Amino acid sequence: MFKSICKISSRMAPSACRTMLARPVMANSILAQRFYSANLSQDQISQRVIDVIKAFDKNSPSIANKQISSDTQFHKDLGLDSLDTVELLVAIEEEFDIEIPDKVADDLRSVGETVNYIASNPDAN
Amino acid sequence: MSKRVVVTGLGCVTPLGRTLNESWRNLLSSKNGLTPITSLPDYEKEYKPREKSIPSTITVGKIPEDFHDKESAISKLLFTGQDERRTSSFIKLAVRTTYEALQHAGLLRPNEININTSLCNLDHFGCLIGSGIGSIQDIYQTSLQFHNDNKKVNPYFVPKILTNMAAGNVSIKFNLKGLSHSVSTACATGNNSIGDAFNFIRLGMQDICVAGASETSLHPLSLAGFIRAKSITTNGISRPFDTERSGFVLGEGCGMLVMESLEHAQRRKANIICEIVGYGLSSDACHITSPPADGNGAKRAIEMALKMAHLKPSDVDYVNAHATSTLLGDKAECLAITSALLPGRPESKPLYISSNKGAIGHLLGAAGAVESVFTICSLRDDMIPHTLNLKNILHLENDESDRLYFVRDKPIEKANPKYALCNSFGFGGINTSLLFKKWEKI
Repeated sequence: MFKSICKISSRMAPSACRTMLARPVMANSILAQRFYSANLSQDQISQRVIDVIKAFDKNSPSIANKQISSDTQFHKDLGLDSLDTVELLVAIEEEFDIEIPDKVADDLRSVGETVNYIASNPDAN
Repeated sequence: MSKRVVVTGLGCVTPLGRTLNESWRNLLSSKNGLTPITSLPDYEKEYKPREKSIPSTITVGKIPEDFHDKESAISKLLFTGQDERRTSSFIKLAVRTTYEALQHAGLLRPNEININTSLCNLDHFGCLIGSGIGSIQDIYQTSLQFHNDNKKVNPYFVPKILTNMAAGNVSIKFNLKGLSHSVSTACATGNNSIGDAFNFIRLGMQDICVAGASETSLHPLSLAGFIRAKSITTNGISRPFDTERSGFVLGEGCGMLVMESLEHAQRRKANIICEIVGYGLSSDACHITSPPADGNGAKRAIEMALKMAHLKPSDVDYVNAHATSTLLGDKAECLAITSALLPGRPESKPLYISSNKGAIGHLLGAAGAVESVFTICSLRDDMIPHTLNLKNILHLENDESDRLYFVRDKPIEKANPKYALCNSFGFGGINTSLLFKKWEKI
């Protein structure tokens, strides 16, 4: 999981990857989830989705300064257009090691909808 | 009656510099812009394993590394995170060089990217930017991931690789709502962009345009391809017109012009740099990569440009030649120049000729755009740049090479050139010639 965030962030800005590594508390909690829990809680999923979004475009004021919650919509609140949303969902797929079918992906418009889908996917880890 | 067309802004990035001033200064002071591939940061990873296809002795014309620095003030001004994601390098070069040209033309306020609409109507502001290859890096990477890893294709893949996306992104960035145009005519792309803009303005279809070309095709695959096509020198030295020339050196860069009708420029009190008076084109209809030995295609392009300008061959003072440092190409071009421009020329009037490619290599699609910018600077500054690495001048069977003044060793000052040609020729047998006139205040 860490790898995927770093990969995304390094594509966006080289410093983002280091920022992530400099947060040991979060790193430990994620490792803990990985090793001790196959079933992820909504909160855990939500936090990781938000981390992916933050790493996706750390320079965009509409993302960096935003309080992201489950109600946050990709287009309306984050200013992402359809191409950005497709790319963001690819990053989320890599993060949770899942494949979101195109038909489902087309209907995911908010953080909450995405979290619900991941929670319903038995492959997510 | 067709309109007169003038140039009011210039910009470029080349292996010699990040801006026009830096590139032009380095060109005049004999700087060599070419780098051995062995000193590229990705040499060990990308080039060395393919040494069979890409000999370690070759050089490339790479633009300064820090040009791409995402943290620089200019990058932050021009590119959002979204732009960084969805554009490729040839597009970013075009955006940044356009910014330089628009600023030079006095159309932007400092540190702003909005064009001052009291000076021009954006509905009649055209954008003509071409590229020879587009983003070969993205095509290569995506092909590998798609084929080997069965990965989902990035949604930005298509918008990153299309050659017209430089024009598309520049139009969006600067809100240019006139025509959006992009030719891809291999190494003649830049000249065609400028020539087409010239025609659109002449015909009154646009008041003002940015026109140029951008190329960032330095990649192991393109290098290997050009080497197999017998185009690239394996000794790393670009020496146009020299008896020992053995192929070109691949380079990257971008050149951009702001062009407008004379009346439009005068109305907004623009600083006029030169006038464009002629544009000629022809096809060799001969061979996919080689010109006819006598250069008759290039000759016809030059003659068309002269005819459009109602000029005699002897009126031309300087030719900024295409001359890429290939065995056949340089010679065919010299023959074209002698047969098109020497007849009727008094002994006392020299015809200066030089090629910028000794110093910057061959920028493919961007060659004509960057070299047009340098040609215009030659007229503006009364300074004809020399051909780097030219020692022994090639010999022509018609013995007329003696009548051409090959500029070498150092620039020619105070020759007071009034008319200058810029040639660009491309694979597929395309020949283009642009004719520029020194601006004299009316």
